[in-house]
Amino acid sequence: MVSLSGSDIAAILGKNSVAGIIQVNRDNLVIDSQSLRGIASFLKDTPEFDFDYLSHITVIDYPVSFELVYQLISFRHCQSFILKIRCRDKETPSIPSVVDIWQGADLQEREIFDLAGVVFEGHPNMKRILLWEGFEGYPLRKDFKNDD
Amino acid sequence: MEMMDKYIYSDIELDIYEGKVIESLKKQNQQAISDPDEWLDEDISRNVLLATVDSVLNWARCTALWPVICFPACCAFEFMGAASPRFDISRFGMEILRASPRQADLMITAGTLTWKMAPQVQRLYKQMAEPKWVIAMGACGINGGVFKGSYAVVPGWNKIVPVDIYLPGCPPRPEGLLYAIEMLRKKIKKSSLKRQ
Repeated sequence: MVSLSGSDIAAILGKNSVAGIIQVNRDNLVIDSQSLRGIASFLKDTPEFDFDYLSHITVIDYPVSFELVYQLISFRHCQSFILKIRCRDKETPSIPSVVDIWQGADLQEREIFDLAGVVFEGHPNMKRILLWEGFEGYPLRKDFKNDD
Repeated sequence: MEMMDKYIYSDIELDIYEGKVIESLKKQNQQAISDPDEWLDEDISRNVLLATVDSVLNWARCTALWPVICFPACCAFEFMGAASPRFDISRFGMEILRASPRQADLMITAGTLTWKMAPQVQRLYKQMAEPKWVIAMGACGINGGVFKGSYAVVPGWNKIVPVDIYLPGCPPRPEGLLYAIEMLRKKIKKSSLKRQ
């Protein structure tokens, strides 16, 4: 599995006039949340990349933002790549859903909503998955306080 | 004693005959005739025991503890070890694990219990027929163990069901589980039908 470099991808995205890149790193791209769906569709549908598999989505709770990490894999080219989004709204974090692009995002987005409280707009079934309805707070946030 | 082949007897002849009959009967019947049902006494003395109701009930209960299948986490592997031939809980009449709680009378809490699972476990316990006992197996069963303080874990099964025996360890070895079962058997033997 070859991990693609961020600068290579950014160059190809720029050549195809896809906007939304905020920061180019050695092995990942930080992109604007509004252009996530456009870049995701481009990376999936372009035969040169063919990222047909979303390996996982992770959320990181930083003091100033929530960072979402999308790990993409192309089985045909045996390549992987990482997209990152920074959501600076700590009170009501909201990110566009990619369920209709990669169906495997369904349960992972629900888990992130359940444990970290990030809402995915456009998700067909945005509700808790591990915890029960009525649970107060989001336990994987750093400011979560448990009763015990 | 031959019959006399005559048709007319004198008085003395009949008296002599009667005397012979009596003497003969007296000679043959010196010993008492034994009771034809005497074998029953012997059988009863061999097969019938007398005991108190408590001791019989407790004996029946503690020698056939059937565990319900409710093992949420890793302590279940130690229970499987205890159930396998090396440790062999069938010595205690326990080898039958009941998939239906209605046929079981012992719940071994082998593992961590989450709040989301707790209603189902409580329902299992309520479905078990009386009398029933609970062994809290392992640190998680006692107070949540290493997961105590988690947002999702019940801090001890005694928040959900009444616990009879606490068995520490993470996980306890099968010998520990056998010891807990022995303690439970002692507890059952002390129980009584009388209201305390």
